[in-house]
Amino acid sequence: MTARGRELTGLVIAALIAGIAFASVTTARSTEVSTNVAAYCALFLAVYVAAHVVVRRTTPYADGALLPLTAALTGIGLTVNYRLDPDEGARQALWVLVGVSVFAATLVFLRHDYRVLESYRYLFGVGAVLLLFLPAVPGLGERVNGARLWVDLGPLQFQPGELAKIFLIVFLAGYLRENREVLAQGRLKDFGPLLAIWGAAMLVIVQTADLGSALLNFGIFLAMLYVATGRALFVAVGLGLFVGGATLLYQALDRVQERVTIWLHPWTDERVYCALNGELELRQDCASYQLVKSLYSIANGGFSGTGLGEGTFSSTDGSELIPYLRTDFIYSAIAQEIGLVGAAALLLLFMLFVVRGMRVALRAEDGFSKLLAAGLTFGFALQTFIIVGGVLRVVPLTGITLPFVSYGGTSVVANFLLLAGLLVVSNRANTPRY
Amino acid sequence: MNKQIIRVTYVSLALVGVLVVMTTYWQTWAAPALADRQDNSIKRVAEFSIDRGSIVSTSPFRRLARNVRREVDGRTLFFRRYPQGELTAQVVGYSTVGRSRAGLERSLNDYLTASNSNLSTLVDKALDELEGKPVQGNDVVLNLDLDAQQVALEELGSNCGAVVALDPRTGKVKVMASSPSYDPNRVETNFGSLSRITADCTPASPLLNRATAGLYVPGSTFKVITASAALEAKKFTPESSFYDPGYCTVYGKRVSNFDTSSPFGTISLEDGLVHSVNSVFCNIGLKLGAKLILDTAKRFGFYELTPLETPEDERRVSGLYDGRRLYYPKLDSDVDAGRMAFGQERMLVTPLQMAMVAGAIGVHGRLLEPQVVSRIVSPDGKTVVKEPPTLIRQAVSRSTADAVARMMRLAVEGGTGTAAQIPGWSVGGKTGTGETGIPGSNTTWFIAFAGPDEESPAELAIAVVLQNQSGTGGATAAPIARAVMETLLRSTENP
Repeated sequence: MTARGRELTGLVIAALIAGIAFASVTTARSTEVSTNVAAYCALFLAVYVAAHVVVRRTTPYADGALLPLTAALTGIGLTVNYRLDPDEGARQALWVLVGVSVFAATLVFLRHDYRVLESYRYLFGVGAVLLLFLPAVPGLGERVNGARLWVDLGPLQFQPGELAKIFLIVFLAGYLRENREVLAQGRLKDFGPLLAIWGAAMLVIVQTADLGSALLNFGIFLAMLYVATGRALFVAVGLGLFVGGATLLYQALDRVQERVTIWLHPWTDERVYCALNGELELRQDCASYQLVKSLYSIANGGFSGTGLGEGTFSSTDGSELIPYLRTDFIYSAIAQEIGLVGAAALLLLFMLFVVRGMRVALRAEDGFSKLLAAGLTFGFALQTFIIVGGVLRVVPLTGITLPFVSYGGTSVVANFLLLAGLLVVSNRANTPRY
Repeated sequence: MNKQIIRVTYVSLALVGVLVVMTTYWQTWAAPALADRQDNSIKRVAEFSIDRGSIVSTSPFRRLARNVRREVDGRTLFFRRYPQGELTAQVVGYSTVGRSRAGLERSLNDYLTASNSNLSTLVDKALDELEGKPVQGNDVVLNLDLDAQQVALEELGSNCGAVVALDPRTGKVKVMASSPSYDPNRVETNFGSLSRITADCTPASPLLNRATAGLYVPGSTFKVITASAALEAKKFTPESSFYDPGYCTVYGKRVSNFDTSSPFGTISLEDGLVHSVNSVFCNIGLKLGAKLILDTAKRFGFYELTPLETPEDERRVSGLYDGRRLYYPKLDSDVDAGRMAFGQERMLVTPLQMAMVAGAIGVHGRLLEPQVVSRIVSPDGKTVVKEPPTLIRQAVSRSTADAVARMMRLAVEGGTGTAAQIPGWSVGGKTGTGETGIPGSNTTWFIAFAGPDEESPAELAIAVVLQNQSGTGGATAAPIARAVMETLLRSTENP
């Protein structure tokens, strides 16, 4: 079977998964399976088959597993978002539609040779920094939950950090491909531009207090530097710099201190000062309320889960038990409803995506393509790790989205861009030479 | 670059692999501990979709805790109602959304929500879940006699105190009343109103189960243990003679009898107990030493958490206390044995413990585990749990128990406990007045057992405690004990 044949089969399976998940949510709410399920399933399949047709026309030799994996992830994301809030679920569906369109447009735009991007690398680099700074601009930025990650353009709000990540990867792929031999020698003066970017990134964190995307972008930078130079020492030095920077930030920013304290000691037996209401409270009732409730949610799922649509997320009077459930904490909602079996399966989908993405990087022939594919894939993996690891108390919790699953328009669109990037690289690597 | 890419692949997979491991940790290994946490509102709210088991009494049949079904956002939820209100509040406890749980609602939560690991419960639960029906919990049947419970609570009135009555042959707890009580229906809706409950003590602490978690100075009721220790050690007999000058000298200080006006002169141990003569027990204490008496107390269950089905932290251990900590002396000289022998000297006991002491004396020295739960029944009527009567130990020898029982019967016939006489029944009892040092705020006691005649084992044992009293145990607590015992004995005569 050809890659495209496998892709189509995979998409049908993904649509079935999405349909079954959707059906089980609707049956949990009413006793009969509504005809909407079939309509939803068909529409879902139609959108992805359309994407498949575009892939067939533009990048016929691209990897056949990535698009079905994406479809399955968005299918799960849509179902859970719908289950938590039907209106927002519908809006998320619209965003998936936009994402698929952007994906198709990108494929069409880059179908001949995506490597032109390399010549605009500095444009992407500057673009990334500008995007990161946008939320800090007075009048534009909006502070949500302590961090400035949002840009408010009247009716349209978006999180530039998600796009900045893609821009940064394109810039790094181009810059590192050009300078990798020089950098591999390890002379400090050659690192000037990179250190400048690092400094800018740190400055951005101070400005926006967005710890999650700082960690993500810096991790991507280190991974790509390693792939380009093969010098593990750089990673060690980089991590050292990051720890140093983080320690300084820990001293300087209350917000960072708070996050670390919550991470290390979410439960207290004694009442401690609560910054939210200025009174003495147990920490689990105050600063670590979200994290602790999310852990309870996960634990309540147990091995097999409560079943889709049967989880407990609101109190008996309908008030929410876990804040930011659809964005930061979507994983704890999923883990409760589909249990360890389902959550492990979901993580397996992420793993498969990573394996296929890295395979694209391995098979690519030129340095830029390799770096681009490896950077995009590592970014995908690290983002998953940071947010799910935060929810699971592996690392301090920072607010970023779970790719393709969390609610959020910018996130979905940015990740479809990432997918498009992997497909165009893959298409070129697999194109038969005559 | 491929070598590096492969390494980065491993790192990426390891990162996601860590997530799988940690998800497993939280969902399997750590889940039971998280489920038990008091602030776990997810679990608590989730359990409101379970048709929680009822808590009922059988004599007479009453529902002490039942469910009301309500539809919220398309989900069926079950909220708790307590039709008997404050009658059994501290024992049954409460299960709420906002305030977590207490009492049997807390300790038997696994049974009530069918999350216990009993096989038939697991199968029933799985079937309910497959059919999409609400999971049904197991019902809990109590041993309590509600008529006697009602009498006990009425008799306690505005006093702060407790009544515990049990069948010493089986350990079945018939009455466990704590005053003041509260209406558990108000815990969810109007918790603030509970803090406005008043009684003859401050704080009134209506939520406290005084029967198992109230610690009181035992006063002269402790003489039952001292007398047992004296006979058990074979250093004294009921006929051993003492000289009572009206006081006893301990470490150069005089300790007076309760009534100092008329010293008894020469008196036997038996009469010493019948008339509750402090100097007699003071001298026994000095002769035996504190540790020997405490060893006997231990045989009766002191210094161990009294077994019962209610939550562990709603029960307290009886024994010597140093401040708020339980304390066991290393040397005899650490404790004033003379004062301890008649129940002062930092000795603190729970009413349940003293009911067990009276009961063991009444049934030839056998100490049984108190059980407030009769059985746990699955929704289809099968008995899931039924604990047989469990002997803790032979607390004292049969001859010692019978000799002390005789003294206690004499105390009711013509001593301090005459107010507890019940025609047609052989009642043995001991009064107690624990001095708190403040006039008019003594703790008064009556502990007793009752049987059909002097030879048969007792069918009933009781402990009554009252706080802040100006009268004696014989005048204040003994009448309450009689009223409750009469109710219980009447119901055994006409079952």
